[in-house]
This record gives sequence, C-alpha cells and structure tokens, in this order.
Amino acid sequence: MSELPRSADVVIIGGGIIGSGIAYELTKRGVKNVVILEKSYISSGSTGRCGAGVRQQWGLEANCRLAKGSVDIFEHLSEELDYDIEFRQGGYLVLAHNEAQVSQFKKNIALQNSVGIPSRFVSREEAKEICPPINTDTFIKATFCPTDGHANPFLTNFAYVRAAERSGAKVFRHTEATGIEVDKGRVKAVHTTTGKISTPVVVNAAGPWSKQVAALAGLDIPTYSERHQCLATEPVEPLFDTMVISFQIGIYLQQVPHGSFVMGIGEKEKPSYNIHSSWQWLEFFTGELLSILPVLKNLRVVRQWAGSYNRTPDAAPILGEHPEVGGFFNAVGFSGHGFMIGPMTAVCMAELITGGVPPVNIDYLSVERFEKGELVIEPSVVG
Amino acid sequence: MRENETIICRCEDLTLEDIRSAIADGYTDFEELKRYLRCGMGPCGGRTCLPLIRRELARVKGVPVEDVAMPTSRPPVQVTTFEAISVGSERGKNE
Repeated sequence: MSELPRSADVVIIGGGIIGSGIAYELTKRGVKNVVILEKSYISSGSTGRCGAGVRQQWGLEANCRLAKGSVDIFEHLSEELDYDIEFRQGGYLVLAHNEAQVSQFKKNIALQNSVGIPSRFVSREEAKEICPPINTDTFIKATFCPTDGHANPFLTNFAYVRAAERSGAKVFRHTEATGIEVDKGRVKAVHTTTGKISTPVVVNAAGPWSKQVAALAGLDIPTYSERHQCLATEPVEPLFDTMVISFQIGIYLQQVPHGSFVMGIGEKEKPSYNIHSSWQWLEFFTGELLSILPVLKNLRVVRQWAGSYNRTPDAAPILGEHPEVGGFFNAVGFSGHGFMIGPMTAVCMAELITGGVPPVNIDYLSVERFEKGELVIEPSVVG
Repeated sequence: MRENETIICRCEDLTLEDIRSAIADGYTDFEELKRYLRCGMGPCGGRTCLPLIRRELARVKGVPVEDVAMPTSRPPVQVTTFEAISVGSERGKNE
C-alpha cells in the first residue's frame, strides 16, 4: 500500500459500490487525484451484504430513473470495467396480495413505463409460467419487469475499485476517517488513522456509518442503520430465472448464476449497528418461504449473514452537496437499494462534483427536504 | 507439488494455482480473496480450505500464520434443509 497523499482533489469516505463508483466516474471525467478511504476491506459494508438484486420497479420517480439508468449501465459494465460482474436479467416478479397493493402497483407501473421501464401486470397463470413452482394461492396478481435481474455485488465493487485505480485513484483499506476540518463553511482536510489529507471535496459514501461521517464535519443528517438478514443455499440446477419478491411478506429470493439461491426477509428491527445473524430469523424466514415456494423445502441452507440498511425517514437516498458545508457531498441513506441504483448514482454524483449536470434530476433528494418537510416517500421497499 | 492439480477448495473446485494467481493479482486481503473466489462460502463453511489459504497468505506476506486473521465463520454450522428447520421451529411444531 502506498503512503497517504498530503492532498487530494476529492476524498471519498467509504469503498462500497457508491464510493468506488463515484471514484471511477470522477477519474473518467479527468479528476486526477481521487482518494478512497475504506475503514475495513472492500465490500465489508452494505454492498457486500446485500441481496444482489437489480430492480427498477420503484414507486418514486427519482428511484425509477436512477434504477433504469443503472440497468442501462449494468448491461455493458463488465465490458466497460473489463471485469465479469455476473450481470443477468432474469426479471423481477413482484407479488400483489390484495387490492390495495394492486392499486399502488398500478400507479407504480404507469410511472415506471413513463420513464421507459418495461414493467407490466401479470395474472397468476402468467406468474406461474415465469416461476413454475410458485404457490399461486398466496397472491392475486403480480407485476413483472423482464430487464430487472442480478449482479454480483463483490465483483461489481472490485471491478469499480480496480478501474478507478487504473485511472489513478488511490484506495486505502483499513484506514478510517477520524475528523473533517471545515474552515469558513468549506471542507479543508480529512484526518485519518494514518494521517491528514488536505482536500476541497469530501464525499460521504459511508453507508451504515453515514451519520457518524457527517458528524465529523459538524453536520446532523437524519439517517439511521437497521439490521437485515440474508442467507444462501447450496448451488443447484437452474430452477427459475426471476427474482420473486413480496412487499407484504417482506421476502425476496433469486437463484444467482452460481446456482445458489440468495434470499432475505425483513423483520421488525430497532435502529442499530448489529450485523450478527440469528437462528430466530432463520426459523421465521423458513416459514414464510415455504408458504410461497414449498418446493424448495429440500434445499440446504449453507450460509447466513446480515448487513445494514442505512435508512432515511422517507426511504429515499440523500444526494448532493450539504447546504451548510461547501465541498461536503452526501451519497447516503439508500435504505436497502444502494447497490442496484449505484451505477447511475455514481454518474450523477460525479457530474455534480465536477460542476456538470446530472442526467437524472436529483435536486429534490437533497438533505434540505427534511427541514422543509418535503419528504419524497418511496412506497416500494422490501422489509 | 502440481499447483494446477492440487485442490484447495472442494466446494468450488479451486486449485492451489487458482489461489496463488488470485493472491498475485492483488487479492491479498483474506476477506476480499474469499469474496472473489468464493472459497469458504460453500457447504463446508471453509473448514477445509480456509486454514490452507491462510497459510498461503502468511507465506506470501512473510508473516506468521497467526497474524493472518481468519474470515468470519457463518451459521449454520452444518448445512441444513429448510424442511428440517421448519420441522424444528415453533411454527412447525404447531402445524
């Protein structure tokens, strides 16, 4: 590992999909001296612990646009970064269990279609064609988007890090930001466990620890972290391509290209930084899983883990420069969907930082919305 | 020893050559190496491969084996079917 530079054009705190994606997009735009500070290893935070799904079926326009833009990028990302990220588009089947959900999904689909996302309603029979073993007694209708899918979060993260490094970015693992110097309302330097870097720009891409990083600059942002648990099964022959999710049950599951199923379910959790898995969750999950896909009862569970959703009060991310500290940019609070909207978020943030115009309007995702009371509620979050 | 014929990770069919070339390629952080190759993420839970890979990392880094921290061990200790979990659960008992 090389030595910490004395100064940088941009210091990014957090080496997950958001931090590494922004670093890559900045170097692509000619920013020379980009530094990533990662307090642990690459993909140790939310990115490496996520469910690996890539979904565009959102209920908030900004999320739809960020997700659609990200899928457009994911489609050629392996080539662009010269690294196979195991992207596959097997679709997402979203179950509707009652009429209230059907009418919400009707609004969502109209919005999704208006920005070019090819989602549609499917009957229970069509759902069964898409996912043959599903128990159709548990839902009344579903929506399906064939261009949703999967990417390997570890490999995508490594791919961005390596591409950024090839273009001159410097990545410091096991290096934690311990302080941010602010002078006359502007960022001046970042202190770390191994030294100080002078910089005019800091990006808070710290995922679960976004609140602490903002606090280093004297700022209070309304994010909090919450444990979410997942599991993986042994690899088996391909059963179906689609991700199956239900907002009602809070469950999602998908067979990944490797052959294993990755699955998760949300539970009522208090805000915490706990990322231990529990047997109680495994029992709860198993009951819900077997109600919708009883055929999977003979699959073996190989591995359980947990990670954090970094949440905001309206489940939409906080993006943009903080109004109180010039040069301090937030890209935080992704509320469980940072990986899938990461690629387009990185483009938007890089444009914002270099004084360009983000291809997706992210103005109304600024932190100021909470003070003004202009929340932008995302209705379609799992768990 | 023939590196390309020596299986280190039986779950993912990884040879010593696979491990060495990934380390040479820069995956020297044990946690990252595991996520890159999937070694230790299969049905054995890393019991077979991780101690061997740990020794390899120690050799490359020139440090004692105990200085290379082992990746996190994850439950369940033994691979288990959903059916067995269901039968043993409170909900399963009541059904």
